[in-house]
Amino acid sequence: MEILNLEGTEDTPKIILDKKNGIFEISGRSLPEDSAEFYRPVLEWLEAYAADPNPSTDFTLKLEYFNTSSSKLILDVLSALEDIKGMKIMWYFHEDDEDMEEAGEEFSELVEIPFEFKTY
Amino acid sequence: MNFIYDLHRTMMSQKLILVYEGDFTQESTKSILAMAERNLDSSGEESSIKRKVFNVMVEALQNIVKHSSEHGTRAGSLISQSAIFMISKDDGRYCIMTGNPISKSNVPALTKNLEHLNSQSKEGLKEMYKNIIKNTQISEKGGAGLGFVDMARKSGEKIEFQFPEMDDDHSFFCLKVNVSREKE
Repeated sequence: MEILNLEGTEDTPKIILDKKNGIFEISGRSLPEDSAEFYRPVLEWLEAYAADPNPSTDFTLKLEYFNTSSSKLILDVLSALEDIKGMKIMWYFHEDDEDMEEAGEEFSELVEIPFEFKTY
Repeated sequence: MNFIYDLHRTMMSQKLILVYEGDFTQESTKSILAMAERNLDSSGEESSIKRKVFNVMVEALQNIVKHSSEHGTRAGSLISQSAIFMISKDDGRYCIMTGNPISKSNVPALTKNLEHLNSQSKEGLKEMYKNIIKNTQISEKGGAGLGFVDMARKSGEKIEFQFPEMDDDHSFFCLKVNVSREKE
């Protein structure tokens, strides 16, 4: 499978989806004007991955900020991961960022995937 | 040119640290955010407060961007789509304030929406947020008022709003969201 690799910018996150090396990560800031457009290739990639996934997948979400329109798309990403066997979400938040911790808890209540919470 | 001094004095007395007036686009949003962020950084503000202010700014600014694109420019309209964004800071709190023209017909729904938000507890707002995010399609470009819910949650205080009349068809939607500088 091809690697999806997007450099982060001031309003979009860094994204690496690399099946062969087992790296699945969305990190940084997500506040694009059109979140649906920005996340479309990610959702397409995940749809293809879901058809033939690795035995286990640790998916890292390490977000500094996200806007409300991104939050819907992050939920869509999580929903796309929901039916993949061996899926685990690694939710990173800054150690003094209670809002980001709470956001992770809320997402974990909305999908049936195990979440592991980690601080940085 | 007294208005220069007057404006300066208003900004000082209202403790305004940033004022932007004009067209709002994603590009101007990014510039405003970068400027405000530098200001917060150089003042050495607590990072948790900084993040809340940033969050409210993003939602407030993107609301205006979205709204002005819905309106478009009406030929011959005397009402400018120009909007205003400002932040004030005193010892106790930051205030993120916006003003933008809206159709009068939108005022009742907006009032109802904001009053409903203001009547919610912290838990109530959390439930609203989860319900909206679960039930909204990605194609709906951020409608549904999720931005206001998020601002209310980050603020923890009531959202203040007013709709002074501009002309027969338009009101100026004034919004004020406070972020306390005291750690919870």
